[in-house]
Amino acid sequence: MPADLTLETDARAVLDEPGAPVVVFDHVELAFDDKVVLRDVSFTLLKGHTKIILGASGSGKSTSLKIITGLLKADAGVVWVNGQRVDQLNEQEMMAVRADLGLIFQEGALFDSLTVRENVGYKLYEESDMPLDEIDRRVEEVLGFVGLAEHIDKMPSALSGGQRRRVAIARAMAFKPRILLYDEATTGLDPITALTVDAEIIKLRDFEGVSSIVVTHQLRDAFYVATHMAVRGERGEVQIVRATPEKEREAEFLMLKDGVIVFEGDAEALRRCTDPYIRSFLS
Amino acid sequence: MPSFVESWSKNAALEVQEYIRLTLAAVRGAFSRPLYRHDIIEQLDAVGIGSLTVVLLTGIFTGMAITAQSGLTLDQFGARAVVGRLVGASMIKELGPVLTALMLTGRVGSGIAAELGSMMVTDQINALRALGTDPIRKLVVPRMLAGFIMTPVLTVISDFVGISGGWLVARFQLQVNSGLYWSSVRDGLYMQDVYGMGLVKPFVFGFIIVTVACHVGMRTSGGTAGVGRSTTVAVVAGSVLVIAADFFVNQILVALLY
Ligand SMILES: Nc1ncnc2c1ncn2[C@@H]1O[C@H](COP(=O)(O)OP(=O)(O)O)[C@@H](O)[C@H]1O
Ligand SMILES: [Mg+2]
Repeated sequence: MPADLTLETDARAVLDEPGAPVVVFDHVELAFDDKVVLRDVSFTLLKGHTKIILGASGSGKSTSLKIITGLLKADAGVVWVNGQRVDQLNEQEMMAVRADLGLIFQEGALFDSLTVRENVGYKLYEESDMPLDEIDRRVEEVLGFVGLAEHIDKMPSALSGGQRRRVAIARAMAFKPRILLYDEATTGLDPITALTVDAEIIKLRDFEGVSSIVVTHQLRDAFYVATHMAVRGERGEVQIVRATPEKEREAEFLMLKDGVIVFEGDAEALRRCTDPYIRSFLS
Repeated sequence: MPSFVESWSKNAALEVQEYIRLTLAAVRGAFSRPLYRHDIIEQLDAVGIGSLTVVLLTGIFTGMAITAQSGLTLDQFGARAVVGRLVGASMIKELGPVLTALMLTGRVGSGIAAELGSMMVTDQINALRALGTDPIRKLVVPRMLAGFIMTPVLTVISDFVGISGGWLVARFQLQVNSGLYWSSVRDGLYMQDVYGMGLVKPFVFGFIIVTVACHVGMRTSGGTAGVGRSTTVAVVAGSVLVIAADFFVNQILVALLY
């Protein structure tokens, strides 16, 4: 019993260190009826790092994020999140893992019967004991962070696509999860709005130490997130600057095709890659 | 052909199994924490107050129609004076519960299926789960409680306005004395199956309407077209099940009471 206890505390301590594996996919397989979506997928997300998943639509990107969150169960393989085997947890046990996971759904999935405030504060209002005025303050803070403070009392239907996407990010970050999963957070946005969303992703990673998985098929955004970092200027203002080479290596690309990973490596390796499929994807 | 029958019965069995699973989970959820009180009150209001107008209108016109017709039939036996007895009993035992339930299937069942269905296809149900909420407790339990509590309340209201509508026709068209009408309604109510039928049925119907609608809504797939399909299925399946349940509850109560 004491041995188990030290083992467990050791595991916790390891997971708190930088570079610890926070999400691990080990030979994951999934099929819907006879349609194989993930054939054999393995990867590891390290703490504070960024994994950028590329792939044509239908290649299983959203499905992978849903497996991490436990919304779907893999047919085979092992999935670890924060040291827990999520492939073996039931819905009840999964709730504890989800407390540290923020998922930004592909279409936002905002609750359309609730206001922006209620959406962003949903988890805190409904599923926590936090005092109301503290929740209000937190909601205002994160909405300020994504630049939507003045829209707090609107309904989601009254917002533009880009604003809805940023509300979805605010909702996922409001309860301070340490892992954020972005499902095509910039798809369908104009380039300027897309850059502001990319900047949010970078700021959360570099200031809050969030580990991120960024699903996209927009290379511009993928490279922007991989090759930039957020720093504070002399007067404390936020600046997005070119990443240092070490920082750049903390972002890793991963390309899915026909249920397997056909490329894995950093931005530099992706640029130099000569595989015809990947080249056609890049151009 | 056999493979068609086989796949059909397999699907039907799966559907029933999923329905039972959802219903059991919802009943369990109604008796344990966390309860989303705010949502329960909201649903009680939406189902109860929201359906009042339809139920009042259906009730009063039904009561007036059966009174006018019964008057004609009873005249053949010179028994016009006991029209109240017939109206009271048929309103409470049969027409009040069934017509209220059918109206609620159209109004509440379709609404639930459309709302949960569109939450399903836009990933809002998954978003609830990702944010740590059990959708059954948050969405199904409040609707189930609202249907179970409000259907009987609305049925009693419908019975009452139906019998009152009957009085209007009895008094002014059939020229039956008011006192006679009401005392004959009262005589009708002393029959022992009236309360059994009149009060058991609406609980059963209310439960069926909302649980079927929630089940259909939660199994929606295939985008907005899927939401349309679910809405239709909820209304059609709900109505047929209400009428079938009406027959079976009748049989069971008759067997138990006599
Ligand atoms: N619930 C589901 N039932 C059946 N097929 C599904 C379901 N969800 C996704 N799929 C299929 O799985 C494949 C991968 O989907 P998805 O992960 O959403 O792709 P994407 O990479 O575009 O995000 C698609 O072909 C899709 O049709
Ligand atoms: Mg997708």
